[in-house]
Amino acid sequence: MNKSRTLPVIGAIAAVALTAVAGQALAQERVVNVYNWSDYIDDSILADFTKETGIKVVYDVFDSNEILETKLLAGGSGYDVVVPTGPFLARQIQAGVFQKLDKSKLTNINNVWPQIAERLSKYDPGNEYAVNYMWGTTGIGLNVDKIKAIAPDAPVDSLKMIFDPEWASKFKECGIYALDAPDETFAIALRYLGKDPDSKDPADLEAAGELWKEAAKNIRKFHSSEYINALANGDICLALGWSGDVLQAQARAEEAGNGVKIEYHIPTEGTYMWFDNLAVPADAKNVEEAHEFINYLLRPEVIAKASNYVAYANGNLASQQFLDKEVLENPAIYPPAEVVERLFTISPYDPKAQRVLTRVWTSVKTGT
Amino acid sequence: MADQSAARGPTWTKWLVVAVPYLWLLVFFLAPFVIIVKISLSQTAIAMPPYAPVFDGLATFWDNVRELSLENYVWLTDDPLYWRSYLSSLRIASLSTLMLLLIGYPIAYAMARAPKSIRPTLLMLVILPFWTSFLIRVYAWIGILKPEGLLTVALQGLGVLGPDEQVRIMNTETAVFIGIVYSYLPFMILPLYSALEKLDGTLLEAASDLGCPPVEAFWVITWPLSLPGVIAGCFLCFIPIMGEFVIPDLLGGSETLMIGRTLWNEFFSNRDWPVSSAVAVVLLVILVVPIMVFQNYQKKI
Repeated sequence: MNKSRTLPVIGAIAAVALTAVAGQALAQERVVNVYNWSDYIDDSILADFTKETGIKVVYDVFDSNEILETKLLAGGSGYDVVVPTGPFLARQIQAGVFQKLDKSKLTNINNVWPQIAERLSKYDPGNEYAVNYMWGTTGIGLNVDKIKAIAPDAPVDSLKMIFDPEWASKFKECGIYALDAPDETFAIALRYLGKDPDSKDPADLEAAGELWKEAAKNIRKFHSSEYINALANGDICLALGWSGDVLQAQARAEEAGNGVKIEYHIPTEGTYMWFDNLAVPADAKNVEEAHEFINYLLRPEVIAKASNYVAYANGNLASQQFLDKEVLENPAIYPPAEVVERLFTISPYDPKAQRVLTRVWTSVKTGT
Repeated sequence: MADQSAARGPTWTKWLVVAVPYLWLLVFFLAPFVIIVKISLSQTAIAMPPYAPVFDGLATFWDNVRELSLENYVWLTDDPLYWRSYLSSLRIASLSTLMLLLIGYPIAYAMARAPKSIRPTLLMLVILPFWTSFLIRVYAWIGILKPEGLLTVALQGLGVLGPDEQVRIMNTETAVFIGIVYSYLPFMILPLYSALEKLDGTLLEAASDLGCPPVEAFWVITWPLSLPGVIAGCFLCFIPIMGEFVIPDLLGGSETLMIGRTLWNEFFSNRDWPVSSAVAVVLLVILVVPIMVFQNYQKKI
């Protein structure tokens, strides 16, 4: 749903390797096996946690919810803490993948941001199974100078940049990338069409598919991580991507000093708001350690450190006093209240709707 | 008489030796295959694992068997996506195997005809790329083929491309072909080389003595004798290319349709283990036919 750097394949290989290692480590010392998105934490947090508690963190990363979900559904993943995104979390709870969190062990739970917890309860009714880690939006990343050179009056704050052929065709040559994450891209298309973004009606999905098929004519590639480098190197003009990833592209371009200026815009039409959440698998072996780890991440100064590092907003209200000014005051990370109003969430797809969705999305991508 | 009894001797050791490969096939091919066939006859469910029935006990075994259905296979015939994926994979695999043969044969031939002293070195050079991870080698092609990559820089340096022009190969089917031919070339060269190296040079001398021109001698002697190598090389390449996922995913564009990616979608995006198992079973059937033809052919040689 959000962070993706390497390819699914590599994630899978790394994951298999870890399972083997994790199995051996169980014996004597206290460990917690964490499976999180790639590039999603400040490593010093893990070191500090071990120093304080004596619990060793075996930390492994994935780059797509699908990889995580497949491992969880197969059972015996060997992980104690995992970080699924909203709709995936909801379905996994339904499948019986997770255990309820023991709130008595989470002494720092009062630090959570009620507004975020409330939105999260759409996926996890009563907030019984999960605690929010980070959240963000799906929006428009753009190369400021290139866009200006091609069309100075372009509606950079609007989804028209992607969906209106009149605008999108102008940037086709320069290059447009879009996420390969159909649940989100369809919700956004439905919102653009003025329909309920959470609709699972096949007719609505077809309509969103038609919109995407038109848009795809101007899109160079559907991919969920390559746009970071493509933006940072100045290879493309425009990407429909995840907030933190676009901001990472911005930071990389600045580091490289290649004169590429990247901006992230939350579309005025409103867009998808996603949540990545900490949860404990039902078959976790180190439940006690898992709770200690989650409780540690609930500390305001700890999670603030993570947010300062990865440029994503967290679900911890008390942490905001510890955030860097550039993070807290960046509307792309912590959007103002009136923008948050326009953000929406979606519920998971049932198997039948999912099939329609994947099918339509495949035909969008293959241009047939 | 004495000889015969000695040969009959300890039969159980003989059986043991024979049994090992069969046991191997049973445990590592047949058993997983039966499980996949079973899943392909199940239905998806929101559960762990995400399909039902699961066959969790002997008591309910027959009830579970009755719940199985061929619905997933019917589904495959309903949707043209699957056939287009199979056909597209078949096309890509056939074309790249042909290209591999056209490139690999001359290389193998030259290696087999090279002085004996340098043959091990040449062989080493063919195998050398395996010392680097396959993934890294495919990633290297991204660096070469991307619009601002090495190829563009080189062609601009040579003046073939203007300073503002760029090669547009990355994320196209051409890139997939380049990646496949590059990655599988050793698998084509090695069997060809071993067939060509065994070739008895005196046969060609005899042909030449009898007045056969070299080109004709190649087609009459070398080519037929190298056929087992050609067939082995072609199948060694064709079969894995059919199911290739990594190369089309990394180098291909969104429109490169291959069965490996369709399978990935079914399994990961749809969480539809039953349908993805059905896709895999059909893929296996498609591959088994050429293998049988191949074995039939080998018997004839």
